[in-house]
Amino acid sequence: MCRTVDLHQAVLAKNDTNAVELRRTLDDRGTTAVNLMSSPGSGKTALLEALLTRAVAGGTPAAAVTADLATENDATRLARSGAPVQQILTDGLCHLEAGMLRGKLEGWLPGGTRLLFVENVGNLVCPASYDLGETLRIALASVTEGEDKPVKYPAAFGLAHLVVITKTDLADAVEFRRDDFLSGVQQVNPGVPVIETSARTGEGVDALLAHVLRAADGRETHTPVLARQHEKHLHHHDTPSAEHSHAPAGTPR
Amino acid sequence: MHELSIALAVVDQVDTALRERGAERVPVRSLTLRVGELSGVVPEALDFSFGVAAEGTALADARLLIETVEGRARCEGCGRDTATGMPPDLWCGACEQAMSLTGGRELEIARVVLEDLEIRQGDDVPEASHVPHR
Ligand SMILES: Nc1nc2c(ncn2[C@@H]2O[C@H](COP(=O)(O)OP(=O)(O)OP(=O)(O)O)[C@@H](O)[C@H]2O)c(=O)[nH]1
Ligand SMILES: [Mg+2]
Ligand SMILES: [Zn+2]
Ligand SMILES: [Zn+2]
Ligand SMILES: [Zn+2]
Repeated sequence: MCRTVDLHQAVLAKNDTNAVELRRTLDDRGTTAVNLMSSPGSGKTALLEALLTRAVAGGTPAAAVTADLATENDATRLARSGAPVQQILTDGLCHLEAGMLRGKLEGWLPGGTRLLFVENVGNLVCPASYDLGETLRIALASVTEGEDKPVKYPAAFGLAHLVVITKTDLADAVEFRRDDFLSGVQQVNPGVPVIETSARTGEGVDALLAHVLRAADGRETHTPVLARQHEKHLHHHDTPSAEHSHAPAGTPR
Repeated sequence: MHELSIALAVVDQVDTALRERGAERVPVRSLTLRVGELSGVVPEALDFSFGVAAEGTALADARLLIETVEGRARCEGCGRDTATGMPPDLWCGACEQAMSLTGGRELEIARVVLEDLEIRQGDDVPEASHVPHR
């Protein structure tokens, strides 16, 4: 006779717990974390450099952590904004986990930091599964990547609080079909706000910073349909997470 | 690779759970995971990675059983209850409103079945219980 042990545990329970703790710690310090994810080369670093520069110029204490498989190039670029920046080298790991981020922040994150931007590893698959304790999760796609990115990577775009289109200065050159992109976004994440940006021309950078600041001020963010599953429980109950909600269905804006 | 991280998390959690129950030396016969269609995890890739992650642990000879869970959504407007498909369509065109997700995001360890030690005492690991992973 065999022994059956019922576990009924979320596979990512450890990360979820770390993320919940990190979110609380950041909250106590008055820091709001923003998690940016996209394919490699979508323009995360370029946009973040523009955002940090605006934030610093506007007197908002902002900092950034950027994660890559290798090289400190992105940190060097971001540091040009004047904001404090740290690089995480993931040593081959294709995503960030909450524990790795916490380790980097300990002893470094300057007191009084209002916005903490986290540039995830360029990858649209696994970063989607790992909560980093962020208040705002942004999925980005550039106009050069094709209109079907959101439906090809439904977890990344479906769990985002905000979708950002990048490199709009190239939209005409590549004949970007904006309506197709937006309908894909609507299909996997109904009601999610979309902001169009170009790090080259500066389009949308102020709107994006304003959106982030509203979230930091405690304004309620969009709740993705994918992030609230009803009736069945995703997580075990000792690790409440942002994705575990018993609230009745709301209508996203 | 994504699924390898997931497989390592699974092995680590089962290991901890067995330790808590004082059963860390008992070989695991089978392990059942529930994987939702919308969890972002590919069962085939997970099966492959599990073989690597389980090596040298109590799970080394365990058979991995994966129960897939269909993505499902319901419209509060018209009451329509439907499979979301993949990629999911979470918008009710008839009511012009977002649907509610009722299934498909699961990514959990359901249960493990342990070998019966009494029978196995003094035995070598039985060849028959080994399911090779592709
Ligand atoms: N035309 C144009 N090019 C851009 C824009 N933003 C970024 N780029 C270019 O796109 C390339 C990739 O930009 P990055 O900012 O490094 O992209 P990333 O997402 O940080 O890349 P990884 O960190 O490697 O994933 C660079 O050559 C940038 O100069 C933009 O708004 N317009
Ligand atoms: Mg970058
Ligand atoms: Zn990964
Ligand atoms: Zn619950
Ligand atoms: Zn309806």
